[in-house]
Amino acid sequence: MISADIAIVLPEVFLAVYAMAALLYAVYTTKDKAAPALLWATAAVFAAVAIWIGLSGGPVQTAFGGAFVDDGFARFSKVVILLSASAVLLMSEGYLAKRDLLRFEYPVLIVLAVVGMMMMVSAGDLMALYMGLELQSLALYVVASLRRDSVKSTEAGLKYFVLGALSSGLLLYGASLTYGFAGTTLFSGIVQTAQGGQLPLGLLFGLAFIAAGLAFKVSAVPFHMWTPDVYEGSPTPVTAFFATAPKVAAMGLFARVVHDAFGGAVGDWSQIIALLSVASMFLGAIAAIGQTNIKRLMAYSSIAHMGFALMGLASGTEAGVQAMLIYMAIYVTMNIGTFAFIIGMEKDGRPVRDIRALSLYSKTDPTGALALLVLMFSLAGVPPMVGFFGKLSVLAAAVDGGLAWLAVAGVIASVIGAFYYLRIVYFMYFGEETEALDKNGSPILWIFLMGSAAAMVFGVFNLFGVDTAAALAAETLVR
Amino acid sequence: MDNLLSIITFLPLLAALIMAFFLRGDDMDAQKNAKWLALLATGATFLISLLLLVGFDAADTGFQFVEEKAWILGLSYRMGVDGISILFVLLTTFLMPLVILACWDVTHRVKEYMIAFLVLETLMIGVFCALDLVLFYLFFEAGLIPMFLIIGIWGGKDRIYAAFKFFLYTFIGSVLMLVAMIAMYLDAGTTDMAQLLAHEFSSETISLFGWQIFGGMQTLLWLAFFASFAVKMPMWPVHTWLPDAHVQAPTAGSVVLAAILLKMGGYGFLRFSLPMFPVASDIMAPFVLWLSAIAIVYTSLVALVQEDMKKLIAYSSVAHMGYVTMGIFAANQQGVDGAIFQMISHGFVSGALFLCVGVIYDRMHTREIDAYGGLVNRMPAYALIFMLFTMANVGLPGTSGFVGEFLTLMGVFQVNTWIAVVATSGVILSAAYALWLYRRVVFGDLIKESLKSITDMTRRERAIFAPLVVMTLLLGVYPSLVTDMIGPSVENLVSQYNLATLDSAAATQVAQH
Repeated sequence: MISADIAIVLPEVFLAVYAMAALLYAVYTTKDKAAPALLWATAAVFAAVAIWIGLSGGPVQTAFGGAFVDDGFARFSKVVILLSASAVLLMSEGYLAKRDLLRFEYPVLIVLAVVGMMMMVSAGDLMALYMGLELQSLALYVVASLRRDSVKSTEAGLKYFVLGALSSGLLLYGASLTYGFAGTTLFSGIVQTAQGGQLPLGLLFGLAFIAAGLAFKVSAVPFHMWTPDVYEGSPTPVTAFFATAPKVAAMGLFARVVHDAFGGAVGDWSQIIALLSVASMFLGAIAAIGQTNIKRLMAYSSIAHMGFALMGLASGTEAGVQAMLIYMAIYVTMNIGTFAFIIGMEKDGRPVRDIRALSLYSKTDPTGALALLVLMFSLAGVPPMVGFFGKLSVLAAAVDGGLAWLAVAGVIASVIGAFYYLRIVYFMYFGEETEALDKNGSPILWIFLMGSAAAMVFGVFNLFGVDTAAALAAETLVR
Repeated sequence: MDNLLSIITFLPLLAALIMAFFLRGDDMDAQKNAKWLALLATGATFLISLLLLVGFDAADTGFQFVEEKAWILGLSYRMGVDGISILFVLLTTFLMPLVILACWDVTHRVKEYMIAFLVLETLMIGVFCALDLVLFYLFFEAGLIPMFLIIGIWGGKDRIYAAFKFFLYTFIGSVLMLVAMIAMYLDAGTTDMAQLLAHEFSSETISLFGWQIFGGMQTLLWLAFFASFAVKMPMWPVHTWLPDAHVQAPTAGSVVLAAILLKMGGYGFLRFSLPMFPVASDIMAPFVLWLSAIAIVYTSLVALVQEDMKKLIAYSSVAHMGYVTMGIFAANQQGVDGAIFQMISHGFVSGALFLCVGVIYDRMHTREIDAYGGLVNRMPAYALIFMLFTMANVGLPGTSGFVGEFLTLMGVFQVNTWIAVVATSGVILSAAYALWLYRRVVFGDLIKESLKSITDMTRRERAIFAPLVVMTLLLGVYPSLVTDMIGPSVENLVSQYNLATLDSAAATQVAQH
C-alpha cells in the first residue's frame, strides 16, 4: 500500500530529496560558488519533472487515504508551476550574480517552495492543504528578504511573513470549524456533509474563513495590501517568481477546495468569490493608475488579473474551471515576458524602476519595445493578443454561470485598467526625450521577452493546445 | 480561388511582416523602399479585390466567397461577403493606395508608419469579411492598436490626449458588445453569423431590478451593440472623441478614420442590430432617429463656428453620419440603400476633404482657417478640386453626396415626417458651413505675406485626387452602380425585418386580448 502511495507522490518526493541533496552538496563543498551551477541544474530538473508529469496520463489516483490527489487538474497546474519556476530561475541568474545576491540557498528555497505548491494543488485533505501552503509560504518569506542589507527587502519579507501568518491563522480557524462540523478533514468526507445546496452554519463559517485565507494567497481584494510592498521590496527576479508560480498554486488550491470539499454548495461560495473578484478587478485597475514604479504597477496589475481568474471560478462550472486554468496559463506567460523586461531595465548598470525612464525606449531598442507593446496590449486584453482569449473564456464562463453582472463589471474594469498599460506604451513610443535606458543586454532575458511576446501573437492560431489541456484538467476536478 | 477573401485580407499583413523583418536601416533608400513596398502591396490588394466584383452575384442574397476553418475555443474562422459588405471591402482596398501616396512626404519613422497602415488595412478588411462573432470582434477591436499608434506617434501637438481618448472611448463601447456577443453565443449555441441571422432572440418583456424591459433580451443585446457602434459611428452625444482624434491625427490617419473606420459603426448596425434584433430595433428606432436628427442640426451648427479646418470637417462627418443612422433605422428600402450609399460616398468625399486640408497643411503647417485666404490666385487646380468636394459634401446633385442624402431623407420621410423636416434643414446648414469655409480659404485677395509663395498641387497630389474625383462624379450621375449591387441584399434585409416586427406586433396584440 505504502509503495503504491509513494509511486503516486514520486515527483514531489524526488524534488524534496533533490533539494536536500543540493543543500548538503553546497554546504559541504564550495558554498556560494556552486550557486550558478545549482541554479541551472534546478531549472533543468524543473523542466524535466514538468515533462515527466505532463506526459504521465492515467486515471485519478489518490494516496495516503485520500490526502493526496493526482488527477488531470493537479497535473496541469503542476506543469504550469514547474515551467514558470524554471523560467524565472533562468532569468534571475544574471541579475542576482551582478548584485552579489546569488547564494546557493536561493535555488534550494525555490525548490522547496515548488514542492509546497505541488502539494497544494494536489491536496485532498485540510492537513495536506495546510502543509503544502506553509511549506511554500515559509520558503517565500525567506526569498523575499534575500537582499538582507536592504531595508526595503527586509521589510518586504517581514511584512509578507506577518500578514501571511495572520492569513494562515484565519485559514486554520476555518479548517478547525470545518473539521468540527463535518467530523473529517478529508475533502471527500466534507463534501458529503455539504451536499444538498444548504451548508450548516458552522461549515459556512469554516468556508468563509478558508476563503479569506486563500484570498490572501492569491492577493484578492480586500486581502491584497501586502502585494505592492512585497513586490516593490523584493529583488526583481523574486518578484517575478511571486507573480507567477505561487499565484497558479494558490488559484489551483482555491479551485480544489471549493469544488472538492464544498462542491455541493456552489451557491454559497460562488457569491463570496464573485465579490472578491469584482473588488479585485476594480481596485487593481484603479489603484495602478497613479503608480510610477513599474513593480508596484505590476502588483496592482496582478491583483486585477486575479480578479479575472476568480471570475471564472465564481461561475462554479466546469467551463469556469477550464477558463480559470487557461487564464492562469496565459497570465503566467505574459508575466514572465514582462518581468524579463523589467529585470533588464538598467541605466549605467543600476536598476531603474520608474516608468518614466522608458521614454522613447522604442528608439534605443525597437524590437524590445515592440515586444513589450505586445505584452502590454495582451495584459490589457486587446485582441488579437492571446490575453484577450483568456478574458473571453472567463467572461463566457461567467455569463454562462448566470453572473452576467460580474462580466459587465469585469469588462468595465478592464477598460479602466487599459489606461495604465497604454501609459507604458505611451512612454515608450510617444514620450519625451530623456536619458535613454541601457539596451537590454542579457541574451536569456531577451529570449524570454521575445518568446513570451511571440506566444501572445502566434497563440491566436491555436493557443498551443492549452485550451484542450485545460478542458481535460477541468473535467477531472468538477465531477 | 477558394480563399480569395483571405488573400485580400492578409496580403497587406504579409507585406507588413516582410517590411518588419527584411527592411533594415532608416536612411533615405530604406524609407523609399518602405513606401514603394507599401504602395505595391495596397495596389495589389486593390487589383485582387476587383476579382470580387467579377465573381459576385448580386441576385444572391446569401454570403458568397465563404471560407470556413475550425479555430480555438469552439470558434471558427469564417469569412464571406454579401451585398451589404462587399462595397465596404472595395472601398477600403480602393482608398488604401491613395492613403499610402498621401503620406509620401513623411520622414519620421517611415517604416513603422507604413507597417501601421498595412496592419490597419488587414484589420479593416477583416471586419467587413468576418462571419464569426469573435472573429469580427477581433478585427474590430484590434484596429484600435495601429490607430492609437498612428495618432500618438505621428500626430499633432495634443496627440497624446487624443490618442488616449480615442482608444478608451472606443474600447469601453466595444467591451460591452463583447459581453452581448457571449450572451448571443450561449443563447444560440453558435458564433456563426449566418446562423445567428436566422436565429430568433427572445423578445419577451422581462423585468430587471424592477424595470420592465420591453423587447427583453433583444433590447439588452441591442443596447450593448449600440454602445459600441454609436461610439464608432460616431453619434451625438458620444462623438466628442472624433474631432480630437481627427485634428491630432496625421493627414493619412484622418483619411482612414473618416473614410473607413467610421463606416464600421454603420456596417455593424446593418449586420447586427437591424437583422438580429429586429423587435428591439423597432422599439428603439424613434430614439435613434431623433438622435440622428439632433446630430445633423447640432453638429452642423458647431461646424459653423470652428476655426480649425480639420475640426470643421470632422463635425461635418458627424452630421453626415447622422444621415446614415437615420437611413438605417428608417428600415425601408430607400433608407437603407441611402445609408449604404451615403457611407460609400462619404468615404470618397470626406477622405478627399481631409486630403485637401493635408495639401495646404503640408505647405503652411497650420490648419487655422484665418491663416489662409485667396488661394485661388496661386493654386487654381487646388481651388477646383477643393470646390468639387465641397459641393459633394454639401450634397449638390450630380455628385455622390446628393444621392445618399436624398435617399435617406426619402426613407425617413415615410416613417416620420418631422424628423425628415429637421434633417433637411441640416442640408442648408451644411451648405452654409462648407461654402463659408471655401470662401474664407480660397477666395478673396491674397494678402497674407506667407501665402505669396505657395505652390499649386504637385503631380503626385493630383494623381491622388484623380480617382476620387472620378468616383464622386460617377456615383453622382450613375448611382445604380451601387444600388444594383446592394439592392437584393437590402431588400432581403428589409423584408426579414418587416416580417419579424409584424410577428411581434401580432403577438403583442394577441397577448393584450
